[in-house]
Amino acid sequence: MREKTGNVWRYGHHVDTDVIIPARYLNIADHKELAEHAMEDIDADFAKQAQAGDYIVAGKNFGCGSSREHAPLVFKVRGVPVIIADSFARIFYRNAINIGLPVMEIGQEAEKIEDGDTLEVDVAKGEIKIANKNITITTKPLPGFIQEIAEAGGLINCVKGKN
Amino acid sequence: MGMTMTQKILARHAGAGKVEAGDIITAGIDLALTNDIMGAQTFAEFEKIGKPAVFDQNKVVLVPDHFCPANDMKSAELAKKLREFARKYQITHYFEIGRMGIEHALLPDSGLIAPGDLVAGADSHTCTYGALNAFATGVGLTDLGAALATGKTWLKVPAAVGVELCGSLPRYVRGKDVVLALIGRIGVDGARYKSLEYYGSGVARLTMADRFTIANMAIEAGAKNGIFPCDSVTATYLEGRTAREYRPEAADADAFYEERIEINLSLLEPLVACPHLPENVKPAKELSGIAIDQAVIGSCTNGRLDDLAQAAEILKGRKINKKVRAIVIPATQEIYSQAMALGYLRTFVDAGAAVSTPTCGPCFGGHMGILAAGERAVSTTNRNFKGRMGAADSEIYLAGPYVAAASAITGRITDPAEIAGA
Repeated sequence: MREKTGNVWRYGHHVDTDVIIPARYLNIADHKELAEHAMEDIDADFAKQAQAGDYIVAGKNFGCGSSREHAPLVFKVRGVPVIIADSFARIFYRNAINIGLPVMEIGQEAEKIEDGDTLEVDVAKGEIKIANKNITITTKPLPGFIQEIAEAGGLINCVKGKN
Repeated sequence: MGMTMTQKILARHAGAGKVEAGDIITAGIDLALTNDIMGAQTFAEFEKIGKPAVFDQNKVVLVPDHFCPANDMKSAELAKKLREFARKYQITHYFEIGRMGIEHALLPDSGLIAPGDLVAGADSHTCTYGALNAFATGVGLTDLGAALATGKTWLKVPAAVGVELCGSLPRYVRGKDVVLALIGRIGVDGARYKSLEYYGSGVARLTMADRFTIANMAIEAGAKNGIFPCDSVTATYLEGRTAREYRPEAADADAFYEERIEINLSLLEPLVACPHLPENVKPAKELSGIAIDQAVIGSCTNGRLDDLAQAAEILKGRKINKKVRAIVIPATQEIYSQAMALGYLRTFVDAGAAVSTPTCGPCFGGHMGILAAGERAVSTTNRNFKGRMGAADSEIYLAGPYVAAASAITGRITDPAEIAGA
């Protein structure tokens, strides 16, 4: 996986799927239109200003709540290359992997990353460099089974490959 | 070391003699569920795999319950996709408007869930079925699309949190108060990635409705699933609902729990979770100054007949406060019919409440009771996240039906004992 550089959008603990993408938009079939509403109830700037290549970094239990796959999807559509958090809610974690959006669970190391930082991330190696602070965080690479799904580009391709 | 209820069900469905926490397994599923907001994209993912049929047309359940009856044209299109898929793939268990219900009340009541089953649903509250000693968990639509094709899903075997229940519930205290007490103690990520395994002498004193409510909110503690043992209460509930032979699983005596929690049911009181997290739990009587604009009684958490009976007990012969909109939503058509026969619906209507056909509507901010800016609701639903029920600055207080009904009468959050004593 190539190295990625981008700016950080930093959020706190327990960011839930209702604020990531409010349910009132869940009947929108067009993914681009859906993604225009990402995070709008807690951060109106994200939907307006986030650039492809920017990172989401958060605290504990990111993506708690609903099983809506629209939540990781809106970040993928916005071009977020990887989501980094202290920890993830399990369904969000699973959904992100299944749609081919990398996630890195790094525990309290997440506290070193602040809003507006610039990151260089190597998902395969499990390496996050905070470029503006010259700090490198290393984490365990994803388990083999999960990397297999990621490398196939998501669960559906993985299942297709096995059939 | 022995296995928990969850681990035994997973081992059997993975064709393994034994599994341990952390193992990644591929397990066969007994039932796959999706609904109108997940359906269209679930089917798109399924069709990418290119299988001519679903893994078993009798083991797939499709329920239009979220934006249903359709609230606008976009939702109507989504519901249509569900209906068309059901016809194309000859899905046995498709439930149409007027015969449907909120999925997590409907599936158990329809006899589709039995002890020892493994259920995957594209809805996070799929964990409700753990009340029947099934392993049931919420997954995303890609997971479900793959499961429709293969009849299998990958799972990480969860470590366990043991919850020992003892004592018996006091008056006006029910399942919702038990699960709020638990979440208040361990937090919204207190059981993250883990299973919540209930046991102890208090279990036998809980009704099936209480157990469904408790299992339903396992996800609000971050859990993968919540599960109860199968006992005579379970067996009585299943009589006449399913003729299928089932295989309950009991925990081994030496099953390992990463953490053990004890809850004495006798010491609980009516509780409320304050905005904007289900872990912000306080006794109802400490919140009696908080005025409300709306009371919602329903949802997959608290829309069952027992829940309506509790609300009716409080509302009988009383009137909803002038400043409050009360919305009552029986969870299934069958419950609606029973509530009608028992006079509950008459009680609600006479009290000045709106009674709706089954829908998830207001719980997830879809329709049928959206909150305007600055409004506040007491609700028997399961999540009080910011903006969940409407405007970003509206507020949701989660409670059981007794508290919601009592609050609807006074116009402020109210412990039911206050009303009963009046």
